[in-house]
Amino acid sequence: MTDSTVTAPPPKRETKSLIYDPKARSIFFQVLTLVGVVVAVMWIAHNVSSNLARTNTASGYGFLNGRSGFDVGQSLIAYSSDSTYGRAILVGLLNTLLIAVTGIITATIVGFIIGIGRLSKNWLIAKLCMVYVEIFRNIPPLLVIFFWYSGVLAVLPQPRDAIQGPLSTFLSNRGLTFPYPIWGDGASVIPIAFVIAVIGAIGFAVWQKKRQMATGKQLPTGWISAAIIIGLPLLAFLAVGAPLTFDYPVEGRFNLSGGGTIRPEFVALYLALSLYTAAFIAEIIRAGIKGVGKGQTEAAAALGLQPNKTTQLVVVPQAFRIIIPPLTSQYLNLTKNSSLGVAIGFPELFSTGSTSLNQTGQAVEMISIMLAIYLTISILTSLFMNWFNAKMALVER
Amino acid sequence: MSDNTLSYVRADMLGAEPPPISNKSVAGWLQTNLLATPKDVVLTIIALAVLAFTLPGIINWLFIQASWVGSDRSVCATIAQGGIQPDGWKGACWAFVQDRFQQFIFGRYPIDERWRVILVGLMLIVLLVPLLIPKLPHKTINAVLLFVVFPIVAFVLLRGGDFVGLQRVDTPLWGGMMVTLILSFVGIAVSFPFGILLALGRRSNMPIVKMFCVIFIEVIRGVPLVMVLFMANVMLPLFLPVGWTIDNFLRAVVGVALFASAYMAEVIRGGLQAIPKGQAEGADSLGLSYWQKTRLIILPQAIKVVIPGIVNTFIGLFKDTSLVSIIGMFDLLNIIRLNFADTTWITPMTPLTGLVFAGFVFWIFCFGMSRYSAFMERHLDTGHKR
Repeated sequence: MTDSTVTAPPPKRETKSLIYDPKARSIFFQVLTLVGVVVAVMWIAHNVSSNLARTNTASGYGFLNGRSGFDVGQSLIAYSSDSTYGRAILVGLLNTLLIAVTGIITATIVGFIIGIGRLSKNWLIAKLCMVYVEIFRNIPPLLVIFFWYSGVLAVLPQPRDAIQGPLSTFLSNRGLTFPYPIWGDGASVIPIAFVIAVIGAIGFAVWQKKRQMATGKQLPTGWISAAIIIGLPLLAFLAVGAPLTFDYPVEGRFNLSGGGTIRPEFVALYLALSLYTAAFIAEIIRAGIKGVGKGQTEAAAALGLQPNKTTQLVVVPQAFRIIIPPLTSQYLNLTKNSSLGVAIGFPELFSTGSTSLNQTGQAVEMISIMLAIYLTISILTSLFMNWFNAKMALVER
Repeated sequence: MSDNTLSYVRADMLGAEPPPISNKSVAGWLQTNLLATPKDVVLTIIALAVLAFTLPGIINWLFIQASWVGSDRSVCATIAQGGIQPDGWKGACWAFVQDRFQQFIFGRYPIDERWRVILVGLMLIVLLVPLLIPKLPHKTINAVLLFVVFPIVAFVLLRGGDFVGLQRVDTPLWGGMMVTLILSFVGIAVSFPFGILLALGRRSNMPIVKMFCVIFIEVIRGVPLVMVLFMANVMLPLFLPVGWTIDNFLRAVVGVALFASAYMAEVIRGGLQAIPKGQAEGADSLGLSYWQKTRLIILPQAIKVVIPGIVNTFIGLFKDTSLVSIIGMFDLLNIIRLNFADTTWITPMTPLTGLVFAGFVFWIFCFGMSRYSAFMERHLDTGHKR
């Protein structure tokens, strides 16, 4: 403490210009940015309100309760042109989610197969998978959608000449018609049985893990869980007397009647997005597996693990850490790309939303709704995947 | 102990072993690469079956059955459909592509003025190719010419107007490949600097600047491009004062550029994060200012790390330009689709042919870009890769 009295007096603060003070400059720039943004937003808001006033557009979300007046090709919930705009948007959202879920499942499976295939020691398989990846990665998804829609599905025959597939399915340019299941009395126990089976399978896996930790003995968890999940609902189905009949499609003079139909728009969008995204997922899987060091495999072999066990216990868990973050963004991409359905008239969120916008002219409101929904979907997916990623992440000292 | 009683000692040398079978012959190659294990044999048979099932059909459709010359739909339609081909004929209708090729490139640009588009295209090639070859000198001048002078000249030439003595061609007449390339070029030229600024902003330690950058990037990345384009199309006119109008083409350009900037920012942020802190501290200790440090030390290293990501973004941008068809613009894909309904060429084979052609064009560009990126990666790899 005595030293400080000896040292030279501190330099005079006043001589230092404010320009050379990083803190002052930082505050200055931020205030400048803030003022700039606020002025721009106010200017835009003013322009929007005067533009809306000029066209006599009423603002507010009341229009959502109005009659929509347009039909949609495919809906998961009851919908007619008498339904409200709000319901039309809900129909679109459900269709978007339908495409996203089915597409993500298919793309993951196909991508996994192709990605593993590219790493195969079999030259022919590796090259075939490479060709697949290089084709799909380098063309626009919209083109793939059109390829299926106007190139393949549109040249299918008329319904009266429909191609008959196995199990009374018919393929025509109106889509895929199939026997529609009609559930009878007591069918509600089946989903309940399924939920119980899933909980049971999880419980079994936890118990198995504990037992393995205690005794070192393993059971084939995967097979037993699968047996529980499939077996219990099946038993329930049989126990209530198999309450299932089918509404078979019948070939009429000009059209097919009865049965359920999957529209070609859905098929085209689903196939295109799955196959397109699968190419990217394949590359992610390949990079993930290659990213696991060779020493890991060799160490596993030195410990006497068999190749299958090496893949299952050593390579895959480590590859997963590399794979998950880019895989998340591919899932999000697929979900966002489902908006391309508008190009072929598939009623997903963007499609029903923009139709509502064009009919009502409520641009600001409709866009804010669509923005909010898309952002919510991506934030929820990111949050889930971040949680999953953190769970899988390497725990270091 | 007399000599030669150790009968187990071998007196003569063994002959040389044959080389490993895999190095020896075609049969050896087949053995190791296709038929190594029973599983491989099965896989090879499956792969061959897939090829045998698809390849002849594809080749037949693309080349053998394809109809190459003609001036209307009759060459691509069966007799039942009012054409000259036998019933059951299936083949590509290349005559359609040949007939409409000019339109695919120029859209509805006036025929007499198309030399202007060709001239712009040539200028682009002359300026772009030297920039892409690492050995050639004068990169700075070249880049300034390409990204500052060229866009102005190109715009004046393409749009024309009385003040340059050229017929005025408004943007609704632009179309085809030309629009695809313009949108991609502007998207790339704008998104790169904007992406860098956004990435720097996101990593800045000024909370307000950082907040705005994060909000912008995450909102744009959270919604589909179709949505961004649609917003640009619907909202931009509302954002401007009463009476101002904004060109449809410009709206699409703004949408594409905003979208690409957000993605570019994230890629570059990845590069910035990969640079060790010591580099920035070293620059600080040398007394470099923030911009000197960023320009001379950080960015050159950061960008080098993320070249593959940058090129991927460019490829994505190029592919995404096809989405402008949804807001009613006629890029390559949409102008091809427009022709599907044209009575001169309406046949069952026209759509597939047109789409395969579009796919081929897109593929060539994207694959070229990805190969070039791989080349640059090798070229710039100075061995510091961590």
